[in-house]
Amino acid sequence: MRWLDEPYHRLRPRLGREVTLSELVDAALARIESREPKVRAFLAVTGDQARTQARAWSARLAAGEPAPPLLGMTMALKDNLCTRGIPTTCGSRMLARFVPPYDATVTARLAEAGAILVGKTNLDEFAMGSSTENSAFGPSHNPWDQAYAPGGSSGGSAVAVAAREAMAALGSDTGGSVRLPAALCGAVGLKPTYGRVSRYGLVAFASSLDQVGPITRDVTDCALVLNVIAGRDELDSTSAEASVPDFTRALAGGVAGLRIGLPAEFFGPGLDAAVKSSVLAAVRSLEAAGARVQDVSLPAVEYALPTYCLIACAEVSSNLARYDGVAYGHRAAGAKDLYTLCARTREEGFGAEAKRRIMLGTFALSAGHYEGFYRKAQQVRTLLRGDFERAFAEVDVIAGPVAPTPGFRLGEKTADPLQMYLIDTYTIPANLAGLPAISVPCGFAAGLPIGLQLIARAFDEATLLRAAFAVEQAVPPLPEPPL
Amino acid sequence: MSRHRALLRNVVIGLEIHVQLLTRSKMFCGCSTQFGAPPNSQTCPVCLGLPGSLPVTNRRAIELGLRTALALHCDLGERSQFHRKNYYYPDIPKNYQISQYQYGVHPPLAVDGWMEIDIEGELRRMGIRRVHLEEDTGKLVHPEGADFSLVDYNRSGVPLMEVVTQPELRSPAEARVFLNALRQILQYAEVSIGRMEEGAMRCDANVSLRGPDGALGTRTEIKNLNSVRAVERALAFEAQRQAEVLAAGGVVVQETRHWDERLGVTFGSRGKEEAHDYRYFPEPDLAPIRVDAAWVRDVAGSLPEMPEARARRFAAAYGLGEYEAGLLVATKSPADFYEAAVAAHANPKAIANWQLGDVAAYLNEHALEIEDLRSRPEHLAALVRLIDDGTISGRIAKEVLAEMLAGGEEPETIVGRRGWVQISDEDALREAISAVIASHPGPVADVRSGKEKAIGFLVGQVMKRTRGKANPGVVNRLLKQALG
Repeated sequence: MRWLDEPYHRLRPRLGREVTLSELVDAALARIESREPKVRAFLAVTGDQARTQARAWSARLAAGEPAPPLLGMTMALKDNLCTRGIPTTCGSRMLARFVPPYDATVTARLAEAGAILVGKTNLDEFAMGSSTENSAFGPSHNPWDQAYAPGGSSGGSAVAVAAREAMAALGSDTGGSVRLPAALCGAVGLKPTYGRVSRYGLVAFASSLDQVGPITRDVTDCALVLNVIAGRDELDSTSAEASVPDFTRALAGGVAGLRIGLPAEFFGPGLDAAVKSSVLAAVRSLEAAGARVQDVSLPAVEYALPTYCLIACAEVSSNLARYDGVAYGHRAAGAKDLYTLCARTREEGFGAEAKRRIMLGTFALSAGHYEGFYRKAQQVRTLLRGDFERAFAEVDVIAGPVAPTPGFRLGEKTADPLQMYLIDTYTIPANLAGLPAISVPCGFAAGLPIGLQLIARAFDEATLLRAAFAVEQAVPPLPEPPL
Repeated sequence: MSRHRALLRNVVIGLEIHVQLLTRSKMFCGCSTQFGAPPNSQTCPVCLGLPGSLPVTNRRAIELGLRTALALHCDLGERSQFHRKNYYYPDIPKNYQISQYQYGVHPPLAVDGWMEIDIEGELRRMGIRRVHLEEDTGKLVHPEGADFSLVDYNRSGVPLMEVVTQPELRSPAEARVFLNALRQILQYAEVSIGRMEEGAMRCDANVSLRGPDGALGTRTEIKNLNSVRAVERALAFEAQRQAEVLAAGGVVVQETRHWDERLGVTFGSRGKEEAHDYRYFPEPDLAPIRVDAAWVRDVAGSLPEMPEARARRFAAAYGLGEYEAGLLVATKSPADFYEAAVAAHANPKAIANWQLGDVAAYLNEHALEIEDLRSRPEHLAALVRLIDDGTISGRIAKEVLAEMLAGGEEPETIVGRRGWVQISDEDALREAISAVIASHPGPVADVRSGKEKAIGFLVGQVMKRTRGKANPGVVNRLLKQALG
């Protein structure tokens, strides 16, 4: 079991010598079995497939094949990433029995790189939420305190990594869904630049904001996973041609001379004092390591949340239209005509939050409202991009909190959707601007981890990871979660 | 009644034409566009709209759109954008159709073009509002007696181009002329097979009557017209219907109507019209299409000469009448055939006559297109050359042509094998002439007494004796000498 308690990059050199692939996979599956009752990170555990994959790789290596970069990395995938032959539910009754006939591009790339899929993780329905409480299959639990929410929507993925059930996981981040649960669970979570990682096979929530990202134990593992999943994909027209460097190379470069910007908008009245002091302490540690810190301004951030709500809801109202009971997914029984079939299927298949956003988005796009809502939101988005461009003319990295509070109890915010939306205040701007952003653990308050958020220029994940690595070196490591 | 007629003189018509493009694969995935495959055999996650799938634009389809836009003199923006047209129907798997829509900042592929059509000898310029691209839907199948319906997604995602005219057509007959001219252009530009009857073109028609004060009346839209004839008939019926409604003091209701081919009437959808709000917004899964000057130059350079210009050139360069030239360019392959033949033998007038006469008749009779023939343009040229150099007579040429079209042989080979070389040798002909004179004393006497017409009979007899091989000009001269 001790193999599972350190980051992958430390285990890797000993793999094959001190532990075999099959032993590793068996240990991981045993760990999952023992901890799942407490944390409920997984919607499905793919034990048989994982054992088969381990044996297959052993045979390939024995036949002389070179070891792939993520050999033996046990991997959990958020259940909105398509896996051929394995159910992909999106945390929804609508797709409870949907089995994709194809792999997402990231699924395929990880498999080719030797990662071993151990299961599909829980999420807020169709990735809409900040706590996993919108999952049709019940919430996941924060490994640091099971009464607390793990954050969302990639809560299951963050829990699987923080509870050391999987070495790494993928989530998707539309408004903070990778960074928030990573912060609340004490893991590293990266949202890459929009276009850096293929979205093919990621079930769409808001197409212009969605991005797949890794959740890992530390920054080095994050770089290793990004190396594999990043890069142009012919199947995704919005994936970028940008060249993919080896992200592990730049990590140890240090932060001497790195210019770090602190936007006043990220440190306003809504920010919890403990989070604020922890984040600022981490920034000071970077300063001590040679970074230069200065104030920057992102005035449009004030409008980020409503802008995000309009764009994300508009896109989701269209993206979720296909779930109508005709060709796949849930179908209401007994409908006598088309309208009833579609309406009842959607009534039964979707949860409250999905319905709320579909209605908001449908309204925002409807005749007479488009100009005032969707169009206006796109204009604010352009303003926000401009703010970031101006800031990045002066600094290399922008720092701030991931979430305004250290964590919240399950059930604490479910009655008030607006309170739930406000958790994403600091994460949403990077999605609207398409920029890479990372959450890295920077402290601890009342037994719960706190995350520092760093944002960099588009396609400059190398700098982002280098700064995050420096934070990781400077702050005391988190203890083991009490499981 | 006079008011009724006055109204009918002020018909205003606009057309929306959906054109199926000549691409091998679908608009946003690699599936085949081949017609007639077993249901749902030409589908993939993308055209089935499965969760997580993403569209990738077919560059060839955009190129065909650009060809059309240039042929229709449209303005091409540097970028155009796909949109989602949101509506629920089981034949669109995503419940939105990827299409294009007109917003200032998100233009369709091309706008503001024109096309010239010939209205009773007068060239008129018809405005083209826009040309845009979209994907086709699947097809619902309702098995007889079943309490369920089936969906075939083979058509889902097949590229479609929509051409929208300004409301500038003034009669159903003009709509027909326009559609025929558009089809011609689409065929010339190699964008579509363009045949409405085969579903490669479908048409929605808007029609209204302008009031005596010049104001546009309320329009109705007739959906899904499947032949040029149906468009003309439906428009004529609908204009008449509107005129009758107005003449009787009623009002025209803005609505979608359907055409019943058998009864020859348009009819409104029963029940209340649903106001559609398609909630268009830019398709976030597709980057804007960027059309730079170099691409436009490439496409423009690869466009063939358009039919009207070609007809004018044929008339001027080959000394053809307007009518003949128009017939020759009506579709591209016969015009290409003609030009190749003229290049091989410079008698454009005679080649036009043969191609429009005997060749066209043969094609008609056998329901063939000119490209189906085994005969090459050089064969037709050689046939005319054989006439021009006196080797065969026109009458023999007809037989050679028939054999040539049927078997694909070269005309020289047929003439040689059949021994059809024309006899111009005067000694050989005098023998036959003497025999004819000897055996037809009656007509001979007629000719001698001045009945010129009778000589035709005697020439015919000589032709018959020589099995058509005699040179009729020479026979005529020799007969006159012998009887003169």
